[in-house]
Amino acid sequence: MSTFSLKTSEFSVIRDENKCIKCLACVRQCGFDCHQYDEENDSLYTIDANCVNCQRCVYICPADALKIYENPKPMRSNNYWSANDLKNIYKQAETGGVLLTGMGNDKAFPGYFDRLVLNASQVTNPSIDPLREPMEIRTYLGRRTEPIALQKQKEKDKTQTPIVPIETPIMFAGISYGAISHQAFEALARAAKEFGTMFNTGEGGLPKDLYQYGDNAIVQVASGRFGVHSDYLNVGRIIEIKIGQGAKPGIGGHLPGEKITEEISTTRMIPEGTDALSPAPHHDIYSIEDLRQLIFTLKEATRYEKPISVKISAVHNVAAIASGIARAGADIIAVDGFRGGTGAAPLMIRDHVGIPIELAIAAIDQRLRDEGIRNSVTLVAAGGFRCSADVVKAIALGADAVYIGTAALIALGCHLCQKCYTGKCSWGIATQDPYKTRRLNPELGAERLYNLLRGWSHEIKEMLGGMGINSIESLKGNRLHLRGVGLNEVELNLLGVKHAGEAI
Amino acid sequence: MEIINAQGLSYQTLNESIRRLLDNGCNELVLKGVNGQRYIGTGIQSKARMEIYGVPGNNLGALMDGPEIEVFNNAQDGVGNTMNEGTLIVHGSTADITGYSMRGGRIFIRGDVGYRVGIHMKAFREKNPLIVIGGKAGDFLGEYMAGGTLVLLGLDLKPDEDIVGNFVATGMHGGEIFIRGHIDPAVLGKEVKAVKPTKEDDNRLRQIIGDFSNYFDVKAEKILDYPFTKLIPYNKRPYGTLYAY
Repeated sequence: MSTFSLKTSEFSVIRDENKCIKCLACVRQCGFDCHQYDEENDSLYTIDANCVNCQRCVYICPADALKIYENPKPMRSNNYWSANDLKNIYKQAETGGVLLTGMGNDKAFPGYFDRLVLNASQVTNPSIDPLREPMEIRTYLGRRTEPIALQKQKEKDKTQTPIVPIETPIMFAGISYGAISHQAFEALARAAKEFGTMFNTGEGGLPKDLYQYGDNAIVQVASGRFGVHSDYLNVGRIIEIKIGQGAKPGIGGHLPGEKITEEISTTRMIPEGTDALSPAPHHDIYSIEDLRQLIFTLKEATRYEKPISVKISAVHNVAAIASGIARAGADIIAVDGFRGGTGAAPLMIRDHVGIPIELAIAAIDQRLRDEGIRNSVTLVAAGGFRCSADVVKAIALGADAVYIGTAALIALGCHLCQKCYTGKCSWGIATQDPYKTRRLNPELGAERLYNLLRGWSHEIKEMLGGMGINSIESLKGNRLHLRGVGLNEVELNLLGVKHAGEAI
Repeated sequence: MEIINAQGLSYQTLNESIRRLLDNGCNELVLKGVNGQRYIGTGIQSKARMEIYGVPGNNLGALMDGPEIEVFNNAQDGVGNTMNEGTLIVHGSTADITGYSMRGGRIFIRGDVGYRVGIHMKAFREKNPLIVIGGKAGDFLGEYMAGGTLVLLGLDLKPDEDIVGNFVATGMHGGEIFIRGHIDPAVLGKEVKAVKPTKEDDNRLRQIIGDFSNYFDVKAEKILDYPFTKLIPYNKRPYGTLYAY
């Protein structure tokens, strides 16, 4: 067998020599060593095989001299064997390894958000203009108390955890310090505080210098228990038990030792340079009863002052599992759909395990309603929310609030190159290299995130107003405001919506 | 010294009264009539000492940060789960996942332990958690272990009993395990190797066994009069070559 590599370049970088001023910005800025400078000949050249099409050089080039094109398919692909399939097989034949990737599932599965449309008022009921009239999108997270009843006053339930208000039904999803840089992490925390919503620490702990954002933090407890100790639990506003993640349901995580720098080792409370392994299950949770035990361990440890969220990935039996979680004493159920992002996941798992979030929301909401316990918990949906309309549709399907992760990182400059697991991110987001992380100013980053939340929140208000609703509460699970386009009967039934054109 | 009679109390009532006493500066506490109440000592940040009579329930001393708890009976699952600091002394046996993910502090058990004990223990800077087991241990001892020290003594074994179950230290990538006597290589996970303890190890073991014998009134010399096997991981990165970049 020949020893040459069958791997080919995915992209080709074209430099316009007439425009290039040889400032070498591209050489300095590329995280993947694609741009090279030959001092002897004073010339620039590129190693196309290294390019991941993150677009950093294109944006940074002051002369506008760079363009990146997809390499014309060098492989003999056909309708069944895609170029990606071939490329992956070549790669594995050379390394014998598991294919890794980053961000969310990018396969062409049908998206239900794109086949659901919203209602608006015409003639028979007035629409509302949110610019002039009050429009309530404040959302409350946590377990609702029993309904108010005229009866002898009962003793106050000491096990009731507080309700947490957020100013918009959008929160930042769990992204750990370690997966992203301190700068990116801080930007999320600042924006959450300024807007009055929550960010989520992910499973890598919370750096001490960010404890000031504790009131806006959801602190995660995952199977590796990294950085989990009393101070951490007490400084957060909400505690989230992470069971699963939409990008990699059913498997654990390996943060490679080379990413465990001094700061990350301090925050995770593990030695430098050692792999941070998150076991696939929590080994103290093998059942709903065990989950209840961890929920109440955390409630006891924080004296019932923190609502407990349980995050799972959307899988086939998700509705029954969610019902179990509600009955186990969780105050919030977070469900992450198969489009959910990640810093690193095996490609096969990311692209082939889990179900779409739209179906999961509808199934869980219906199940909890059928069982009469929908009001007792908050349902947070996550996994690939691209715009405010996705958020509105999710809420109409039955979610209380959503997490955005990928969208937030895009706001910070992410270009979806899906190479987060390499730690080389040229945008200073998914890297710990100080030369790159300082490209992201946390203050400016927070401003961009704040702007995104502001824009989406206003759009949500506009859509609500159009429907003649003046409060997000009235939209929750209100599937009459949704209609399907091009959906079959099974899908319509599962989503609990009528087809477009059908009247009430 | 305060005494609480736990008989008939729910875990919520019991734990709240413990916390209230500790809030008010109490540093010595005796719990009598404990019968399966969960989460005793969970999340407590204090240097108090607690004596427990009866059998405490699951997750005794979980997330604990400082106290010393002595149990004069058996304890159940999750003893010292994710514990940060402090000491747990159990005169009887404990069940599964004792010391799960513990980061600091010490656990001494006179009797046997269940499955997956010391799973994902980790060390951090000056923190170096320790579990000493007087009797035998179940499968997956020290699984995923990332730091700290596990000592398994196998005292009072019956002739047909094994000191430890299968899959010892699978996925281990830090820390060390000392097992009294020899160990069948067939029960070891593929990530660890058995080596002879060094002089330094012997000194440390002498200290650890000294503490153990003080807590439980057994003769240290008798325990140390037997060779130990040391288990260490091949490397800190067991899955470093798993992926195709």
